[in-house]
Amino acid sequence: MKKITLIIALALLFCVSSYSQQVKKSTYNDVLLKNATIVTVTNGTITGDLLIKDGVIAKIGKSLSAAGATFIDCTDKFVYPGFIDGGTQLGLIEISSVSLTQDADELGDYTPHMQALTAVNPNSVSIPVTRVNGVTTVFSKPTGDLFPGTGALINLHGYTPDQMYAGAKGVLMNFPSTGKRGRWDRRSEEEIKKDGEKAMKKLKDFWSQAKIYAGINQTGGKYNPQLAAMVPVIKGESPLMIEVNKKADILSALKWVNENDIKVVFTGVSDGWRVADSLAKYEIPVITGPVLQVPSRGSDKYDTAYTNAGKMHKAGVQVAIRTNETENVRNLPFNAGFAAAYGMGVEEALKAITIVPAQIFGVDDQLGSLEEGKVANLFVSDGDPFEPKTTIDYLFIEGWNVPMESRHTLLYDEFLERDPGIKE
Amino acid sequence: MKNIFLLFILVACSLTLAAQEMGDILIKNGTVLTITDGIKENTDILIKNGKITQIGENLSAGNTKVIDAEGKYVMPGIIDAHSHIALDVVNEATSPVTAEVWVGDGLNPYDVGVYRALAGGVTISHAMHGSANAVGGQCETIKHRYGVIDPEGMRMKDAPRTIKFALGENPMRVHGERNNIAPATRMGIEQIFRNAFEEGKAYMNAQKTYASGQSDFPPLYNLRSEVMADILKGDIIIHCHSYRADEIYMLLKVLEDYGVKKICFQHVNEGFKVAPELAAYGAHASVFSDWWAYKFEVYYSTAYNAAILAENGVVTSINSDSGELIRHLYHEAAKTQRYGGLSDNDALKLITINPAIQLGINDRVGSIEVGKEGDIAIFENHPLSIYAIPQQTIVDGVVRFDINEDQPDMRLDVDPDETIPAFYEAETHSHHGEGDRCMQDVYEFLNHNHKH
Repeated sequence: MKKITLIIALALLFCVSSYSQQVKKSTYNDVLLKNATIVTVTNGTITGDLLIKDGVIAKIGKSLSAAGATFIDCTDKFVYPGFIDGGTQLGLIEISSVSLTQDADELGDYTPHMQALTAVNPNSVSIPVTRVNGVTTVFSKPTGDLFPGTGALINLHGYTPDQMYAGAKGVLMNFPSTGKRGRWDRRSEEEIKKDGEKAMKKLKDFWSQAKIYAGINQTGGKYNPQLAAMVPVIKGESPLMIEVNKKADILSALKWVNENDIKVVFTGVSDGWRVADSLAKYEIPVITGPVLQVPSRGSDKYDTAYTNAGKMHKAGVQVAIRTNETENVRNLPFNAGFAAAYGMGVEEALKAITIVPAQIFGVDDQLGSLEEGKVANLFVSDGDPFEPKTTIDYLFIEGWNVPMESRHTLLYDEFLERDPGIKE
Repeated sequence: MKNIFLLFILVACSLTLAAQEMGDILIKNGTVLTITDGIKENTDILIKNGKITQIGENLSAGNTKVIDAEGKYVMPGIIDAHSHIALDVVNEATSPVTAEVWVGDGLNPYDVGVYRALAGGVTISHAMHGSANAVGGQCETIKHRYGVIDPEGMRMKDAPRTIKFALGENPMRVHGERNNIAPATRMGIEQIFRNAFEEGKAYMNAQKTYASGQSDFPPLYNLRSEVMADILKGDIIIHCHSYRADEIYMLLKVLEDYGVKKICFQHVNEGFKVAPELAAYGAHASVFSDWWAYKFEVYYSTAYNAAILAENGVVTSINSDSGELIRHLYHEAAKTQRYGGLSDNDALKLITINPAIQLGINDRVGSIEVGKEGDIAIFENHPLSIYAIPQQTIVDGVVRFDINEDQPDMRLDVDPDETIPAFYEAETHSHHGEGDRCMQDVYEFLNHNHKH
């Protein structure tokens, strides 16, 4: 009897504790958002209604009605398209100091065949934490050496990688860097230069192998997963995402890209403002960030990273903003807000985390703005979502009405007024 | 190259001259966020000889330098209760107890990080020892008098003494995991503290016995025991690196046993779980706005921490522990409005009067009041808005940052051998498990064999 009681007690305890680890289920109905200020991003801002049906934005207009749809009064509220972070490790790393929870960095210099989508953990605790700030979609990418792997665009909702997949992948490359890796990098300038040259040679060798492979692989031959992963890039079918930051490296990268005539996206690009005209001239799309970052050089102005995105945009570069974060991808709107304040302007900064990344990833027919027929990735807020003070009230991902819950809100609910309180 | 040098000498000279005096300044027509006495529209602030002498309308002061703050927000200089800028070294990671060391011996007034902090409205920071040891070294409260070349000029004179303690993973890894000596566990850490306090107590008792003539000899001089005794006497404020609720609770019990009252928990990510206990003890909390999950002991934490602590009556501040975050503490404070709905004034207290209380300097700084020191930050747009842009930052009545005077290269020391300034690839803490700078000087040995 005692045993049974114990088992029941344990089972109860388990229910309670497991409930506190997870968030409530999302719901899937037709939803009519009424009398909202709708910030479409691509077609201006309008006052009206928005109907979500079968996971897409079915209609935007005045005085809509829809039988059976859940009605949400959005008077004095705003509707925005879900934010897209163009570069994160979300889902690939759970706790960054616990190595066995890190799935971003595979061994080897040439691992373009490593698929981020394979290792994205749909149950990462960081996913609900991120999305309740309006970030509905992220590009999750491996990190590491020359060709770290293939990143994937994912929606922050779903129970399998396939459910989360948002229709775009990208092979990554870290362009050979002549910068220091960090404060702990004690290499001399000479050693750094040598390492850079060595890496450049490795890059060129691998590239020529990949080109040969792409040429012969239709006719048969031995399967090579590394080289096979490069074929769409070599053929110009999908862009190569090149991480490059320092001015000299960006210029070398531009030269290399022109020699090889491929589609590319530059990422990071912290010295972009120094070579903005060249980036614009060669029409290289850029995913830059984080904006909240110290300058790369001691001699740079304190606000260099704040102003970089705006300066590149003004020079005519297509600029998206990323956080390059894992557990704090939720700060994407704040990164955009700083870029907005420091010269980019609110409208362009908003585009830099909505329609521009959608264009860069080639999914702008699906994501990145509020338009009829697009995927219902959107949220309702009581104000400007860049402002910390603003509250986000509702969140929809692929039409799913996602609860505004995360570990962080659940702990708040449990501990604001702790019970039992203090024991006298 | 020559130009850089000339510029450097010019800047250095002008800043050094300015540093020698307390300034006079009149800030006109600002929206003054006093923190302790509400918001005053169209108000002037007169600073004379480094002190606020008058707050009111239509003030005039002869030839005093005037800053027109019309349409701007004027707030007290921001205070960071946890940073490691302007320090040559952070960790004396050689023993679980190093109370005898003092970061004040390694101040680096040339750190351009100080200027970057000023550009974020921060006038005072608490330059702390790291978290490698259970009882770390003593810390230094510094004023951001960027341009003062003499390290003495950085110190906030007569600020109370503080010392760093540390709980959890960091001391366990450095000593237990690396050196195979206690502490390897949170149990071990408790006993390190009890031992250290016992040593301090014994030392103090031996001094008393000698002073009362009951003994012919004083105790053999020991600086470590000396400092532990000073903590027991209440002469030093403990600032303790901590994360988990159980370890926080443990230290409260230890301190209670030794009658030590002055304690501010740092980071204290799970402080919200023992907020009632912290409030009852009168312990303070200095937290990150939203850092979490970079190590296991912060996995079960919440960005609502500051709000829960504040609502439970704990004196709470938001700190940086980072050369990056220190540049926008106003924004970090604003996050408590998203995570917990704090009022404007309660959010601003987290970076002004509350850290001042935690450092024991709230009678001198942390609010705009007559008699307080002339540390002021002026903003375009409300400081809690994402669009806030710091305009001028004033320390002791001297303008140390002015957005209109800002130059591309504000370094005070340039390596003459350096042909081009080193370029650092972005570091994000997530990649390196380096959530906090508290492990500077030890972390590269522990973790940076990371290939990357």
